Amino acid sequence: MLVFEKSRPGRGISALPACDVDIVAIPEKDARESELHLPEMAEVDISRHYTELAKKAHGVNDGFYPLGSCTMKYNPRINEAMANLPGFTQIHPLQPVETVQGCLEVLKETEKALCAIAGMSNMTLQPAAGAHGEFTGLLLIKAYHEANGETQRNKIIVPDSAHGTNPASAVMAGMKVINIDSTPDGLVDVAKLREVCEGNNEIAGLMLTNPNTAGLFDPNIKEITEIVHECGGQCYYDGANLNAIMGWARPGDMGFDCVHINLHKTFSTPHACGGPGAGPVGCKEHLAKFMPGAVIEGEKGNYTLSKAEASLGEMKSFFGNFTVIVKALTYIKMLGKEGIPEASLNAVLNANYMMKKLSEKYDIAFNPAVCMHEFIMDIGRQAKETGITAMDIAKGLLDNDIHPPTMYFPLTVHEALMAEPTETESKETLDNAIEVFKSLYDLAYNDAEVLHNAPVTTPVTRLDEVGAARNPILKYEF
Amino acid sequence: MATTMAGLLYAKSHEWVKIEGDTATIGISDFAQSELGDLVFVNLPEEGDEVEAGEVFADVESVKAVSDIYSPISGTVAEINEELLDAPESINEDAFAAWFIKVEGVSAQADDLMTAEEYEAFCESEEA
Repeated sequence: MLVFEKSRPGRGISALPACDVDIVAIPEKDARESELHLPEMAEVDISRHYTELAKKAHGVNDGFYPLGSCTMKYNPRINEAMANLPGFTQIHPLQPVETVQGCLEVLKETEKALCAIAGMSNMTLQPAAGAHGEFTGLLLIKAYHEANGETQRNKIIVPDSAHGTNPASAVMAGMKVINIDSTPDGLVDVAKLREVCEGNNEIAGLMLTNPNTAGLFDPNIKEITEIVHECGGQCYYDGANLNAIMGWARPGDMGFDCVHINLHKTFSTPHACGGPGAGPVGCKEHLAKFMPGAVIEGEKGNYTLSKAEASLGEMKSFFGNFTVIVKALTYIKMLGKEGIPEASLNAVLNANYMMKKLSEKYDIAFNPAVCMHEFIMDIGRQAKETGITAMDIAKGLLDNDIHPPTMYFPLTVHEALMAEPTETESKETLDNAIEVFKSLYDLAYNDAEVLHNAPVTTPVTRLDEVGAARNPILKYEF
Repeated sequence: MATTMAGLLYAKSHEWVKIEGDTATIGISDFAQSELGDLVFVNLPEEGDEVEAGEVFADVESVKAVSDIYSPISGTVAEINEELLDAPESINEDAFAAWFIKVEGVSAQADDLMTAEEYEAFCESEEA
């Protein structure tokens, strides 16, 4: 039942204090023409409404959530405790800088830590999400070429295993996308890349995720970034899969010029659909003068704000999603220099443990000897033999209280289930999930009908996804 | 097994093209629609736009993914199939009837276009 259906005229929360300022009528020209339709409910009913919705949802606090490339790690409660401190919440972005030195210190410390992890010299914390970071990074690259008088550089190379946001961001930034097919091993085709780049003065740059969505670390990464640099292009690192390598390898050392980092993935802040997220962007010195937003200068206790010399402007108001940054810094400080690489190590170990056990039944895409933080189950053979697709296996998982892996992505594997267990899951959780995956595999061969009908235990069962996409109902009709 | 239609040329990226003199009609193959699954959205160029052989001119969205559609030929868009915009399912129903665009002033075609027979063999190798 929607909140609007529960609304009753006149109900509300009476806890608000009496108005102590003069009531002024809204000028006619600014007045609404239609009713506002805010739901009217008692506090207890609002509370129950959202608790009820929460019970119907599945989050990382409810159970295993191996959503590939999304790094659904547990979000430590201490992050919330820190972000709720009044010194971080009872502030205003337009306060005089001398009264918010602590907050600026948080921002500066976070910038330094992220620069150290990514191998970059500067960091902006302004972008609010991964794709927002991509867009920011591409604008940096664009500004760099324009400053060099090379306005013809408008082509971005994106491998076919890239996240869908990469080509979308490139188009948003006014660039054209050149797609490069992967090798049969799922890696960047170096020969094809060379062919596209050599002597090409229209290449603005390359966007790459490493390790990629198949959980493969590209061993040719140095050569790849060199090829792009040789033709005058810049290299952008999509930090979606940074959780596999933090403390072990740095995008800066791989030859990347700029990078975005998803705090809501790698640095344990709440994820997606209202997180809100944060997608800081780091760059090397030659791009620093284009960085957006406020640049924090000076020393602890005496921080001042300025703008970069040729600033892109504002990518978001003020300092980005500030409390998200507080949470990420808490995580970084809690783990420290030893904990950060250990987290990546365990993320990779967990993924390999699952992959090895599941390979007893499932086909693993590209069949790597060792994967990084994630791996892809290829359901293609099974689908042909049983009619049970990746979608059906995903629905079967729901009946077992496990959130499905990422489905039908990357596009290079047609029936893909991409699983990323993360480091925060115990061996018992992994073992249970492995048993469930294996039992669903057997079910496909023994009793496919059960899987075709799954899920049966969830608040809503099999949805008409085609109907929902073709005839979506996007708002409540009053 | 997906069906093909004789008399059309096919691209490796699974578009079909019917070339008549310097005009052409472009759509996606039956194999393509069956691989994509139920289509829910189609994005077409505008009349008068230039299309280039091997370049993206449209995209389709299924429940699984958004896919780019590449033009097998170069020319100017003379007409778009507006019915597809409201009824993307017609591509699933009959991929060879559900044309995307008509092109005039065809000036070039992609090098590796295939006949129906060659394309059938190509699809079989893709499936294997």
